[in-house]
Amino acid sequence: MNNLSKILKHLILIVFSFIWIYPFVWMLSASFKSKSEFFESGLSLIPNSLDFSNFIRAWNEANFSQYFLNSVIITASAILIILVITSTCGYALGRYSFPGKKIFIAILGASIFIPLEFSMIPIFQLIKSLGLMDSLLGIILAEAGGGHVIFVLLFASFFRSVPKEMEEAAIIDGSSFIQIFTRVMLPLSSPIIGSVVIMQFVWTWNSFLLPLVLTLSNASLRPLAVGLYTLRGENIVDWTGIAAGSSIAIIPVIILFVFFQRYFIDGLSGAVKG
Amino acid sequence: MSDTYVAVNKSKLKNKKNLVFWCWLFITPNLIFYAAFQGWPIVMNIYNSMMDWSGLGNATFIGLDNFKELVTDSYFWKSYGNSFVFMAGSVPPLMIFSLIAALIVNNPKLKFATAYRTIIFIPVITTASIVGIIMVYIWGSDGAVNAALSNLPFVESTINWLGSSKWAMFAVIAVFVWKNLGMNMIYWLAALQGVPRQLLEAAEIDGAGVLQKFFYVTLPQIIPIGAVILLVNISSTLRAFDLIKTMTNGGPSYSTDVISTYIYRFAFSSEMGLPRLGYASAAATLFALTIAIIAITTTLIRRSNNTQRRVSK
Repeated sequence: MNNLSKILKHLILIVFSFIWIYPFVWMLSASFKSKSEFFESGLSLIPNSLDFSNFIRAWNEANFSQYFLNSVIITASAILIILVITSTCGYALGRYSFPGKKIFIAILGASIFIPLEFSMIPIFQLIKSLGLMDSLLGIILAEAGGGHVIFVLLFASFFRSVPKEMEEAAIIDGSSFIQIFTRVMLPLSSPIIGSVVIMQFVWTWNSFLLPLVLTLSNASLRPLAVGLYTLRGENIVDWTGIAAGSSIAIIPVIILFVFFQRYFIDGLSGAVKG
Repeated sequence: MSDTYVAVNKSKLKNKKNLVFWCWLFITPNLIFYAAFQGWPIVMNIYNSMMDWSGLGNATFIGLDNFKELVTDSYFWKSYGNSFVFMAGSVPPLMIFSLIAALIVNNPKLKFATAYRTIIFIPVITTASIVGIIMVYIWGSDGAVNAALSNLPFVESTINWLGSSKWAMFAVIAVFVWKNLGMNMIYWLAALQGVPRQLLEAAEIDGAGVLQKFFYVTLPQIIPIGAVILLVNISSTLRAFDLIKTMTNGGPSYSTDVISTYIYRFAFSSEMGLPRLGYASAAATLFALTIAIIAITTTLIRRSNNTQRRVSK
C-alpha cells in the first residue's frame, strides 16, 4: 500500500515534469523535422529522422554563427568586468571600515528601487554619445552596467567571514593591499565567483531589451536572443528554422545549468536571505 | 623610546591613509558602472521627459507638455492598467504554486527531489524572448494547448488564445508564471531551510497533522522572507517586457499592451512614425515613480511591522 502510493506519487510528478518541460522537448524535436513532416505532424515529439538541415540553414543563412559568436563575446566580457568590479568592491566593504562606507552602502541599497528597464533611453543616449553604437563594446558596457548589489553583498559577506590569520602571514611577508587581495583572498572566494559567473551568464545570455535597442541599426552585432526575434519578424512561417535557432540559443544554457546549478541556487538563496 | 613610539604611530597613520585610498580605489569601478547606468539615467530621464525630441536633431524644451498629453492619452492608461492586471494575475499564482512546489521538493523523504527541482527550475534559465516566440506556436491554432483542450470531453471549440483580446492576457500570464515559478521556488526553499527542525518535531509529537504543521509552525516562520519575495515579484511583473513583446507585441488591439511595450513603441519602433523619445521618457518617469512609491511603501510597512514585533516581544 505504502509502496503503491509512493509509485503513484512519482508517476504524477513524472507526468507533471514532462508537461513542464514540454515546450523545450517540442522545440528540439521540431528542429530536426523537415518542413513537410512539420506540416503533417507538428506536434509529434519524435522526429522521423535526425535532419540537421534546419540547424545548417539557421547557422549559415540566418546568420546564427555570427549571433552565437556575439552572444559568447558579450556574455564573457560582461562577466569578466562584473567579476572584477564586484569582487574588489565587496572586498573593501566586507573587510575594512573607511570614511564614506555607510553612505556608499545606502546608495547602493537604494538601487533596488530603481527600475533599470526604464533607463533604456538614457543608456541608449549614453552609448551613442560615447560613440560605441557600432561596436560590441557598447553592448558589453551596458550589460555590465548597474550596481550589482546582490553580487557585491555576496562577496562582502564572504570576505567578512574569512579569519584574520589568513592575511596576517601575507602582511608579515610585506604583501601589498592588492597582493593580499589577488593572492590570498580572491582564490578563497571561488564559490562566490562560481555563483556570480553562472548567474550573470544566464542574465546576459538571455538579455533582450538592451541588445535589441542597441543593435536596431546594426544587425551584425546582434546576439542570439535578438537575432531570433528578427528572424521571426522576417520569416513568419519557417517554424523549423525558428525551432533550430531557438535550440542553438537555449540548449547550451540548459546543459551548463544542469552541471553548475549548485552555484546558481546558492547565489539566489544567499541573495534572498541577505 | 618615545621617538620610536611616534614613528610607529606615524607609520600607522600613513597605513591608515593608505588603506582608505585603497578601499576607495576598490569600490570606485563599481561606483562608476552604477552611476553611469543607474544613477545618471534617472537624471537624464527626468530631463528628457520635458523635451520634444525625436532622437535626431535638437530637442526643444516643452515643460510639462508631455505629461499633460500622457494623462489624456487613453492608450497610456490602458497600458498602465494592463501592467497592474498583469501583476495581479501573475503574483498570487506565482507565489502560491511555487510554495507548494518548494514544500514538495523540500520533503527529505522524497526520492529524486533534486531532479524534480532541476526540472521545475529549467524555464527560469531560458531566454524569455525566445520562449515567447516558441509559445506563439504552442498556444497557436495548431499548437499543443489547443490540441490538449480538444481532447477534453466538455470543450466544444478551441480558442485562438493570442488572437483574442479576451484570452491573450491570460496566455501571457500563464507563460510568465510557468517561466518564473522555479525562481520563486528557490526563494521559498531558502526560507524553509530557516524553519527550526525541533519546532516541527515538537509539533509532530503534539499530534499536529501535515496541514496544522504548515499553518501553525512553518508559515509564521517563512512570512518575513515571503514579504521580500512579494516585493521582488511585484517589481519584476511590472517591468515585464521580453515575453510580452515577443508573444503578443502588446496586441491584439492593445489588450496586452503594458507600460514597457508602450514606452518601446514610442521610443524605438517605427510603427508610430518618428520616434518620440521625450514623450516615452515622460511615460517611463511616471511609471518609475509608481514603482518606487510601491517599493518604498511596502518596505516601510515591513519595517514598522518588524519593529512592532520586536517591541511586543
